[in-house]
Amino acid sequence: MDTLACIKRVPDTGAKITLTDDDQHIDASNLGFTISPHEECAVEAAIQQAEAHEGTATVLSLGPPDAEEQLRTGLAMTADEAVLLETEGEEWRPRETATAIADAVRDDADANLGFDLLLFGDESADAGNHQVGVRVAEALDVPFVGGVSHLDVEDGTVVAKRDVTGGMEVYELDLPAAVGVKEGVNEPRYASMRAKMQARKQSIQRSDPPSSEFAGGIEKLRLEAPDTGEGDAEVLGEGVEAVQAVADLLENELEVT
Amino acid sequence: MILAFVEHTGGTPTEPSLEALTLARELAADTASRLDAVVFGAEGAATADHLGTYGVETVHHADDERLDTYAPEAWAESVGQLVDTEGPEAVVAPGTDRGQEVLAHVGAKRDLPVVSNCLDVEAGETYELARQRWGGSLVEHAVLDSETKLLTAAEHEFSPSEADTVTAPTVRPFTLELDESDFRVSVDRVEESDTTGVALGEARVVVGGGRGVGGPDDYDKLETLADRLGGTVGASRAAVNEGWRPHEDQIGQTGAKISPDLYIACGISGAVQHMVGCKGADNILAINTDPEAAIMQKADYAVVGDLHEVVPELNAALGKEP
Ligand SMILES: Cc1cc2nc3c(=O)[nH]c(=O)nc-3n(C[C@H](O)[C@H](O)[C@H](O)COP(=O)(O)OP(=O)(O)OC[C@H]3O[C@@H](n4cnc5c(N)ncnc54)[C@H](O)[C@@H]3O)c2cc1C
Ligand SMILES: Nc1ncnc2c1ncn2[C@@H]1O[C@H](COP(=O)(O)O)[C@@H](O)[C@H]1O
Repeated sequence: MDTLACIKRVPDTGAKITLTDDDQHIDASNLGFTISPHEECAVEAAIQQAEAHEGTATVLSLGPPDAEEQLRTGLAMTADEAVLLETEGEEWRPRETATAIADAVRDDADANLGFDLLLFGDESADAGNHQVGVRVAEALDVPFVGGVSHLDVEDGTVVAKRDVTGGMEVYELDLPAAVGVKEGVNEPRYASMRAKMQARKQSIQRSDPPSSEFAGGIEKLRLEAPDTGEGDAEVLGEGVEAVQAVADLLENELEVT
Repeated sequence: MILAFVEHTGGTPTEPSLEALTLARELAADTASRLDAVVFGAEGAATADHLGTYGVETVHHADDERLDTYAPEAWAESVGQLVDTEGPEAVVAPGTDRGQEVLAHVGAKRDLPVVSNCLDVEAGETYELARQRWGGSLVEHAVLDSETKLLTAAEHEFSPSEADTVTAPTVRPFTLELDESDFRVSVDRVEESDTTGVALGEARVVVGGGRGVGGPDDYDKLETLADRLGGTVGASRAAVNEGWRPHEDQIGQTGAKISPDLYIACGISGAVQHMVGCKGADNILAINTDPEAAIMQKADYAVVGDLHEVVPELNAALGKEP
């Protein structure tokens, strides 16, 4: 069973998000890059299922040339192949992204889709559109379930569970299928030093997807870091000397004891 | 017409649906148009009275037994057909798993853009809107130009407010043309969980532990503190990654969103992805050895110190009867 995990390169913001002067982007000049924790789990699931059902795992990203870094992390986790749909770094909307991914997956097809199971993050870390997985699945006419916290594949059937109040709802999908997974669905492996070295030498399939033009749509005006009312906290004291003040606060002021 | 997608349990609309309805009614007022709702499920029609208090005029109830169970593609195709026949200017859904999923399918099926997690929408010729990004740590301002506007309302961002004039909605069952294939995804069964203890999302007091806790055993101190305060323990992603706590305990962008009266953050630095999960807390108390840690600007109260000394001492102080 061949699997595909779709990942998106995003800045690894720390304690404060700083915007560029034109408010169009996060100022990433001093930041590292990463992928969403949900997507780390998508990669892990792709590898686990490929291992369990004797197939290959592929990682795919649509993004700037530097997204190679995130793909190599996937390879170091022992994914077999990596595909980069190269952009010039501009932001792609979910409709365009999904069209490009679906086209790439279709192109890969020999008899059928080329992949039996497509894995997505529940939402991308930066845009959080909740759409790319659904749109890719619709374009390829395969079933999709998102928000998945438990995933199994048995005898050609995907068993996917999603948390609801008081329990979990269970879905059963015939392969080929697509799912959007949440952090917690598995524990992503750490790549060994040796695997990281090896991943550096592996080749990455590249292509330039045509930027599809849709009539109308969404146009970003600007980003804004909301005012979180940050100020300095009232320091109640240092070390154990603060304990009486804390106890007073909890008992008398906040009344939570 | 503005169409609201309403989820309900046994005929009672869910809280996120009432939030989305509140946004939908604002849009209806802005565009001087009618507010309708679409509901699924055997007891869908029972929502009518409640929806009347939100000013809904027509409740469109999907009339097909097969739709009583959640089936994302079939539900989306139904909403799509309603869009075709009724031509709403906008469809507004709650920012829940189902709301997002159904609207994304509608968008894909009708080749329309979808704007998820809206915070504010101004309806005109085009819609000018603000939406959440990075799980709520950033806001994007954007313009939406589309024949039918598909929007989801960010959860917990709108307070449900009833209409000035109560309506008596007409319930209109609508019939659909659905294929068997539209039902290939549907809830097969529900597994109930036997959860014990206070759920993180509902706790009045949460004691969070981060990398500063140093190991799994040291959470005992935090558990004691949480017990004394009738609360529960949470964690940062760093602590979960270390394997000290299960992922269910994680607070933040990819974990639980909490809204307690008090959040006590122990050994947590205050990364934006963590803070977005606890911004609903009324009060935040940070215990951290580093006076320069980002959490010191984000908390209301702080103790500069080693949690391994401060927490046990605090437990002792709280344990003493007056
Ligand atoms: C897309 C994305 C999503 C993410 N989602 C989440 C999420 O849902 N939740 C989440 O938490 N993180 C999330 N993260 C990770 C986040 O960016 C931080 O890496 C993480 O929150 C750091 O955890 P921490 O504060 O426990 O660790 P650190 O940043 O290492 O901080 C440890 C703190 O403990 C203090 N300390 C050390 N020893 C002591 C002591 N003895 N007593 C008191 N204080 C002490 C230190 O001064 C320091 O401030 C996400 C990241 C990304 C990129
Ligand atoms: N540029 C991209 N490249 C690869 N996968 C993506 C990209 N954007 C989104 N995805 C996938 O689609 C999921 C949902 O994204 P979104 O619709 O933006 O919330 C992500 O978690 C990824 O798995």
